[in-house]
Amino acid sequence: MSADLRRATAAQLRAGYCSGEFTPVEAVDALLVAIQREDTALGAWLHLRGDEVRREAAAAEVTYAAARASGAAALDALPPLLGVPVALKDLVNMIGTPTTAGSKILEGYVSPYDATIAAKLKAAGALILGKTNMDEFAMGSSTEFSAYKRTVNPWDRERVPGGSSGGSASAVAALHAPLSIGSDTGGSIRQPASLTGITGMKPTYGRVSRYGIVAFASSLDQIGPFARSAQDVALLLHAIAGSDPRDATSSVTPVDAALLKLPQGDQAASALKGKRFALPKEYFVAGMEPGVEAAVRAAVAALQSAGAVIDEVSLPTTEHALATYYIVAPAEASANLARYDGIRYGASKHGGGDLLDGYLATRGRGFGPEVRRRIMLGTYALSAGFYDAYYLKAQKVRTLIARDFDRIWAAGYDAIVAPASPSVAWKFGAKMSDPVAMYLADACTIPTNMAGLPGLSTPCGLSEGLPVGLQLIGAPWSEAGLLSIAAGYEALSANASWRDQDPTDLAALGGAA
Amino acid sequence: MSWEAVIGIEIHVQLRTATKMFCPCAIPAEGDAPNTRTCPTCLGLPGALPVPNRTAIEKVLAVGAAIGAKSPATTRWDRKNYFYPDLPKGYQISQLDLPLAEHGSIPVTTSAGAGSVRIRRAHLEEDTARLRHEKGADGTRASLIDYNRSGVALLEIVTEPDIRDGETARRYAEELRLLLRTIGAADAEMENGQMRVEANISLRPSSDAPFGLRVEVKNMNSFRSVERAIAYEMARQAEVLDAGGSITQETRGWDEGSETTYTMRAKEDSHDYRYFPEPDLPPLDIDPAWLAAIVAGLPELPGTRRARYVSELGLTEYDASVLVAEPRAAALFEAARAAQKELDAKLLANWVSGEYLRVTKEGAADPDPVQFAALVAAVASKEINGTTAKALFAEMITTPLNIREVIASRGLGQISDTGALEKIIADVIAANPQAIADWKAGKQQAVSFLVGQAMKASKGRGDAALLGELIRAALDR
Repeated sequence: MSADLRRATAAQLRAGYCSGEFTPVEAVDALLVAIQREDTALGAWLHLRGDEVRREAAAAEVTYAAARASGAAALDALPPLLGVPVALKDLVNMIGTPTTAGSKILEGYVSPYDATIAAKLKAAGALILGKTNMDEFAMGSSTEFSAYKRTVNPWDRERVPGGSSGGSASAVAALHAPLSIGSDTGGSIRQPASLTGITGMKPTYGRVSRYGIVAFASSLDQIGPFARSAQDVALLLHAIAGSDPRDATSSVTPVDAALLKLPQGDQAASALKGKRFALPKEYFVAGMEPGVEAAVRAAVAALQSAGAVIDEVSLPTTEHALATYYIVAPAEASANLARYDGIRYGASKHGGGDLLDGYLATRGRGFGPEVRRRIMLGTYALSAGFYDAYYLKAQKVRTLIARDFDRIWAAGYDAIVAPASPSVAWKFGAKMSDPVAMYLADACTIPTNMAGLPGLSTPCGLSEGLPVGLQLIGAPWSEAGLLSIAAGYEALSANASWRDQDPTDLAALGGAA
Repeated sequence: MSWEAVIGIEIHVQLRTATKMFCPCAIPAEGDAPNTRTCPTCLGLPGALPVPNRTAIEKVLAVGAAIGAKSPATTRWDRKNYFYPDLPKGYQISQLDLPLAEHGSIPVTTSAGAGSVRIRRAHLEEDTARLRHEKGADGTRASLIDYNRSGVALLEIVTEPDIRDGETARRYAEELRLLLRTIGAADAEMENGQMRVEANISLRPSSDAPFGLRVEVKNMNSFRSVERAIAYEMARQAEVLDAGGSITQETRGWDEGSETTYTMRAKEDSHDYRYFPEPDLPPLDIDPAWLAAIVAGLPELPGTRRARYVSELGLTEYDASVLVAEPRAAALFEAARAAQKELDAKLLANWVSGEYLRVTKEGAADPDPVQFAALVAAVASKEINGTTAKALFAEMITTPLNIREVIASRGLGQISDTGALEKIIADVIAANPQAIADWKAGKQQAVSFLVGQAMKASKGRGDAALLGELIRAALDR
C-alpha cells in the first residue's frame, strides 16, 4: 500500500481520495516515512513541514469525506490538487518556512510572505511537504553549489542530479513527492529532469508569476513543474500559471484549460500523426555523448513512425547563446543579489569596522564561489566603458536568437525536438574545477530562456544505465501543445523496458540494499 | 576680478500619490511609527517585485506638459546600482535614457525682469529610507533606518545651467513649487523634505569662457536659504579664485546657523552606477490618447493666470502674483467670480489676498465661494460696512451662512441715512464735551475718536465715511 502511494501520480492520488481507497494523510505519511528513511542518503530536502503538512492532510481528508457524502458533483468541484503533496525549490517564499536559496547568506531567514505560486498552491489544496536543495541562488548545473548539502542522483549515488533544481528533481525521481516546483533560468528544470529521468517544464516567460521567487536573472527566470508524467506536469502548471498584478512581467494570456485533461494513451499517440517537428542540427554539438544522441534520435524516429514529420533545420545563433547568457544572467544577478547586504536580514558581519568592511565581510563570506564569480562577471559587464561591448551587444544577440526561433514557428512547426542535455548525469566533482565545462552542460537549454519560450524534458531512454531526456521547445503559450506531444510520446514508449525501471539506486537509498 | 556664476538646479520632489511608486504601501504621514508603512517590495525582501504606480506616471507627464517638455513614445526604467543602508535593494529604480519629460522651460520673473529657465529633463524614481544617527543611553552610536519613506514616488527635475544668481535660483524653485501645487502633482513643502533643492555652482571669468569646476550645494531647507547659500558660495569661490587658488570639486552643505557652506564630501572619482534597464518592469508605451487626456486635464498654469489677471481684470502685477502664488486663494477668487460675474475684481482680489489668506489656515475649511461673493458684493454696494463684513467672514468660515438672509434678519445693513446718523452724532457730541474741547484746541484726532464713538452707538452699522463727513460738519457749526 505505502509503496504504491509513493508511486502514485497526482491524478491517481486524487482518484483514490475521491473513491475513499486511501486518504491524503496516508499518502503524506507514506512519503514522510520514505523521506525520513532515505533523505540522509539522497539529500534532496532542506526543510520538511512534517507536522504541519499532516494537519493539512487531515483537513483535506475531512473535505473529501464531506464531498463523498454529497455525491459525485461535490467531488468534481474540489480543486484538482486538493491533498496532493508538492515540494518547493528553496527559493519559493512561503510564510513561516525557511527560504535560503541554497545560500549561507540567507541562513535562518524565515519568509514573512507568500510567493504568488505558494498562495496559489495553498488555494488549490496542495500539501506543501517542504523545501528542496538547490545550487546557491540557482547558479549551477549539478546542485553541488548548494551551501548546505549534496543531493545525489537516485540512478547512481556517485552522480549529480543536475541543477540547479536538483533537490526538486531527485525528490520526484526518488518517489519522495509526486510533484515539485523548480525554476529554470538557463535549463535548471529541464536539465535535472533529463538527468533524473522525470518530466520537467519551463513555461513561457511571463506564464507563471515570479513574485516571491528569490531572483537570479529577472528576464530569464521562470518557475515550472516537475512530475513523473506529462499530465501531472500539466496539472501543476495549471495550478500555478496565470497573470499576477504583483508581477509586471506576468502575462494576461489566459491559462489553457486543456492542461487539466491532456489526451492520453492511444488518443495521445495518434494525435502525433501529421505533427511537424524541427530537428535543429546545432543541438547535436561536438562533445555530445553518443549514447545520449542515440536515445534522442531513437525517440525522434519513434515520433516519425507515429506519423510526425521531422525536418532537420538550422538555428544558426545557437552557438552564441551560451556566451550571451553568461553576460545577461550575471549582469542581472549582480543587481538582484545586491540586497543581501547584511543590513536587514540574513547573515551579517556588520559591526566590526566601517560600513564597507561590513559589506565586504558579509558578502565575501556569505556567498559561495560560483555566486561570487557571477557577481564579478556581471559587475564587470555593466561597468562604465564595457556596457556597450558586453551587455548591450548581448541584448542584440538575444534578439537574433529569438528571431531564429520565430522563423521556425512562422514555417508552421509544432515544436522543436532536441536533446535536453549533451550528457547523462556525471560524477560528483567532475566539473567543479572547470566553470566553463559546467556552463556547457546547459548548452541545449539556454537558447530557450534567451527567447522566453516554453520547453520541457521528457524521459526517452537510458544511456549506460542513466536517463536521457528529450527536449521539446514550442512557440510562446504552447505549453498544453508541448505536454500533449509529451503525453503522445509516453504512450508510444509505454512498453519500452526502461519505462518500468526504478532508479537504480532507489532501493539502496534506505540502506536496505 | 568679476566672475560669472553658472548655476544648474536639481530638485527632488515627493509626488502627491496615495501609494508608493512600486508597491501598494500608503505614503507615510507625519507621526507614523517607524517601519510601519512597509511591505516586501519597499523593504527589498528576497523575491519581491515592483509594479509601477500609474498615477505617479500621470503626474510627471502632467508636469512635462505644463513645462512644454516632450515625452517619449516609449519610456523605460533603469537600475542605478550602489550600496547604502537606506537603499534596500542595493539599486534604485530610476530612469536614465528615456525620462518621462525632456526639454521644457519655466518662466521666472526676478527683480531684473521676466526670463525663463530651461529644464533639461524630469524623471521618476523611488525615494530611499530615512537614516537617523543616534546615541544610545550607554553612549554608543547607532544608525537607525526607517523604511517608511523607502519607495515613495520621487520626481527629479534638472535645469540647464542657465541660472546666474541666487535670486533667479530661488525664484525658479518657487515657480516650480507653485506649478507642482497648481497641477496637484506635489505639495512640495521644503521644510519637511518633500522638496529637496541642490545647486551646482561654478564661476568663470566671462560668459564665453568654458565652465569652471563645480561645487554641489545641499541642505538648503527653504527658498531663502537657496538664495543665500548660492550668494555665499559665489562669493566664496570668487575669493578663492581672486587669491589665485583653485576650486575643489566637492559637495558642500549649507549651514543655516552660520550662513556658510562647509565640505560634506570630496568628490571621489565619479561614481559608476552601472545603470542598466530594469528587467522586472516592461517598457512603458505612452499612448498619445493618454497623454492628450492628461494635457486636456491641466488647469490654468500660474504664468498664464497672472497675465490674464493683469490684462483682463486690471489687477496690478503684485496683486495678481499674490493671488496666484496660493493655489487655494486663486481657486476661491475664480469660484467667487464665477458666482458673481459683475463683482469688482480688485475688491474681490483684496478680500481674497487680505482677509481670506490672513484668517484661514492652509488645510482649513474654505468659505462657500457663492456666499463669499455675496459678502464682497454687499461691501461693494455699501450695503454693509467693512467691520460688519469682517465679522461675517470670520463667522462663515466655521458656520455656513446665507449672507443675504443674515444681513436682512440681523438688520446688519449699513446706516447711510443722514437723518438717522445725525441723531446719533448729536448724542455723541453731547456725551463727549472733552473731545469737543480737544477739537477746538486744534486736535484733529478728536474727529476719529468721535467717529469711533458714533460707530459704536450705531452697533457697527454706520457708514464710516459718511459719519466722518457729518461729524466734521457738525463740529464746524
